[in-house]
Amino acid sequence: MLNLLILIAVVLGIIALSKVVKVLEQASTVKGVQPYEVTERDNKTQANLMPVFLVLYFAFIVWQLVAWGDFMLPEAASEHGVVVDGLMNTTWIIIIPVFVITHILLFYFAWKYVYNKDRKAEYFPHNNKLEILWTAIPALVLLILILYGLSIWNETMKPLTAEDDPVEIEIYARQFDWTARYPGEDGKFGKADVKLIGGVNSLGMDSTDQNSWDDKLVKAEFVIPVNRPVQFYFRSQDVIHSAYMPHFRAQMNCVPGMVTRFNFVPTKTTEEMRDITGDPEFYYQLLCNKICGAAHYNMGMEITVVSEEDYEEWLAEQKVFMTVEGNTSAANETTTETEEEKNEQLSSL
Amino acid sequence: MSGTAHHHDNDFLFKYIFSTDHKMIAKQFFITGSLMGLVGMLMSLIFRLQLGYPGESFPILESFMGNWAPDGVLTADKYLALVTLHGTIMVFFLLTAGLSGTFSNLLIPLQLGARDMASGFMNMLSYWIFFISCCIMMASLFVEGGPASGGWTIYPPLSALPEAIPGSGMGMTLWLISMALFIVSQLLAGINYIVTVLNLRTKGMTMTRMPLTIWAFLVTAILGLISFPVLLAAALLLIMDRSFGTSFYLSDIYIAGKALEVDGGSPILYEHLFWFLGHPEVYIILLPALGITSEIVATSSRKPIFGYRAMIGSILAIGFISFLVWGHHMFVTGMNPFLGAVFTFTTLLVAIPSAVKVFNYLTTLWKGNIIYTPGMLFAIGLVSTFITGGLTGIILGDSALDINVHDTYFVVGHFHIVMGLSGTFGMIAGIYHWFPKMYGRMMNKGLGYAHFWLTIIGAYGVFFPMHFLGLAGVPRRYYANTEFPMFDNMYDINELITLFAILAVAAQGLFIFNVFYSMYKGPKAPQNPWRSNTLEWTTPVEHIHGNWPGEIPEVHRWPYDYSKPGADDDFIPQTVPLAEGEKDEGH
Repeated sequence: MLNLLILIAVVLGIIALSKVVKVLEQASTVKGVQPYEVTERDNKTQANLMPVFLVLYFAFIVWQLVAWGDFMLPEAASEHGVVVDGLMNTTWIIIIPVFVITHILLFYFAWKYVYNKDRKAEYFPHNNKLEILWTAIPALVLLILILYGLSIWNETMKPLTAEDDPVEIEIYARQFDWTARYPGEDGKFGKADVKLIGGVNSLGMDSTDQNSWDDKLVKAEFVIPVNRPVQFYFRSQDVIHSAYMPHFRAQMNCVPGMVTRFNFVPTKTTEEMRDITGDPEFYYQLLCNKICGAAHYNMGMEITVVSEEDYEEWLAEQKVFMTVEGNTSAANETTTETEEEKNEQLSSL
Repeated sequence: MSGTAHHHDNDFLFKYIFSTDHKMIAKQFFITGSLMGLVGMLMSLIFRLQLGYPGESFPILESFMGNWAPDGVLTADKYLALVTLHGTIMVFFLLTAGLSGTFSNLLIPLQLGARDMASGFMNMLSYWIFFISCCIMMASLFVEGGPASGGWTIYPPLSALPEAIPGSGMGMTLWLISMALFIVSQLLAGINYIVTVLNLRTKGMTMTRMPLTIWAFLVTAILGLISFPVLLAAALLLIMDRSFGTSFYLSDIYIAGKALEVDGGSPILYEHLFWFLGHPEVYIILLPALGITSEIVATSSRKPIFGYRAMIGSILAIGFISFLVWGHHMFVTGMNPFLGAVFTFTTLLVAIPSAVKVFNYLTTLWKGNIIYTPGMLFAIGLVSTFITGGLTGIILGDSALDINVHDTYFVVGHFHIVMGLSGTFGMIAGIYHWFPKMYGRMMNKGLGYAHFWLTIIGAYGVFFPMHFLGLAGVPRRYYANTEFPMFDNMYDINELITLFAILAVAAQGLFIFNVFYSMYKGPKAPQNPWRSNTLEWTTPVEHIHGNWPGEIPEVHRWPYDYSKPGADDDFIPQTVPLAEGEKDEGH
């Protein structure tokens, strides 16, 4: 019923509008002006609206900056993030004046050079000097930005070496949750294969690979130490996901069939960030940032940054995933099973 | 009289339906493309309601969407379906086929002095294949599981596996078939445009006497011809993966409780193939819009376009560079960082010819004598959106900065302003400007003025705040921002965006009304309403086959002799011979 009423209202509106337009067009014809001819008054009105719009547009932008400025991401919590933010600020410093100046020129010219029947436009088809000038200047500015940007990019993407003594974590994505895997005391991740996925073995970890025996898995939240490089390995089980850690200025896609990498050095613990943001509930967030299905919008994991000691303590408390022979973790009972039994146990999981 | 009517009846089918006349085909593309655009726009309104008021019930949605919106709340997977189709329709159906299909068809023969396209039959075929493609895309709304829902870029494996999302079943199959036909249609059209421009120019119409619209259409057609086949290949491989058990794009996948028998493929391969089209596609949309703007800005400023040759050079440069930048969509896919560096370099190069274009537009306005037709307003609007959206591209194109804003609302804001708004503004400007040529009647200027101001206010109101969402880390394609406390502050921003979206959509009602009202009731158009130089205004107002009743006029000068010193009028049509000792800028 409501829909019908809306429909009727729309139809009546269209009819009314047609009548109004018709009357106005006839009125103009009576005055001896074709209704489509742009009159002096039209030109004046539109030209005057130009600066009005520009002021409104700038005011809207300033209002947004004031109203929402505090909602933006807080200062970067990683070493490279600070550098990236510096590049971002430099880029803004270049972009904003260009934006403001070109807009002022555009709307000023649009206002100033409105039609006047007593004036003729300037015949100014080209000027090589000007054109070379405004090809060369953007080229120069961009060259600087490119070189500056690439130096940061190369530094950010540089692989870590053993000397950096990184914490290694595998971030494993699937519809619609994350799992973080720590390699355990041997420092090596066990092999995994999608064909072994089943039951709770959601990563398809291979129990025949000794490296996997002390691997630790965590969900919902993972912990990293402050001021130590973290080497992330990303994998996906089903579709492409993207591990986005905005507070650290870090992002990498998780692609089924391959392992992708990213590393950064966290510089602020969660506690420190709570002080900085003034939000006692603040925590770092890992988000999925590549469309992955219906619950894409709800696929996250919390990240906690703590001191090195707290990290070691936390890690020691985590249980290893496989309770199988050869397990070096004190948290698990040592059992004496054969390879076959282990596999059986896994497949029954 | 009755004789004419009889004749008319006989020809109805061939005049309005299976027409091979480029002017009729242009109108067919305009109406079909715009209808698709209308659907795409209304879709965005529906998902904007969900984003602005997450989880709130709008009973009206249930009344026409049924189980897509139980209790008036759009479901999460249908939200993604609408986002996907909105993108597909706007990018391909409205701003590729709608824009190029309308104006390349209308203007290439008329502005070059040709009787018709090189192949009228191929031109007709192009439209009808496009029409079928539209029908299939629309039909996919009604199949089980809903339409494609993997985003308009349809990255596998999400798009390859029906288990991953309901839309990747029948809906995705139809999407692929529709796009394959669409590509065929674009290729038929593109070859025709190129051949016509190169071979059917009238006497005296040298390449450097062509209006910038034609230069833009020519380069656009070349881009499409080179890049669309690559998308076709990508789509065919995806069809193979989906239906015939290959694994070009699939490897190591466990889904819906079982490991799939796929091995060795790479989704990244698809991304490379897709963006090899996908990036030139941006310029397939932008270049015609910029070409139209060049024409309108010069005509309405009563002033030659500044730096005609630099404008041609920048079109060619943008077209060329657009093939070397696709990797900037893939900085965080795990691609070799060295490649990322190369793509950053090439991407930022695009800013140079773009900057040249902007400065040339500004200089054209300088000391002009500007007449404010509605078309001119939208052309000025385009210059503004092109600057606003283009500048944020410098951030996204820089790989180091892209890491943190990639796939956030910053990207959504950027490309909607630089490509969506610029493309749409160019198309609307073109409609206001060439409506008299298309329908022989004039559009209402008052409605046009109101349409422009409401549209630009609504459009910036929608897309500018998105930059702030992006800088706050809000990912795109989220059904709601309610699940993470870090986005709690975004509620008001999202609501504001939705309100502006309602305003912008409502404003398009004025345009739709204006088009249909003027088509039937508008005042009859004079032959050259904007006192323009180009050839299309020398044809009779009533459309005839062959465009000119007698000989095709000969061209003697470039198209931008506005306000030339020594001339009595402030324009000199291209058909006027050069006076003794007069210099031609174009030759």
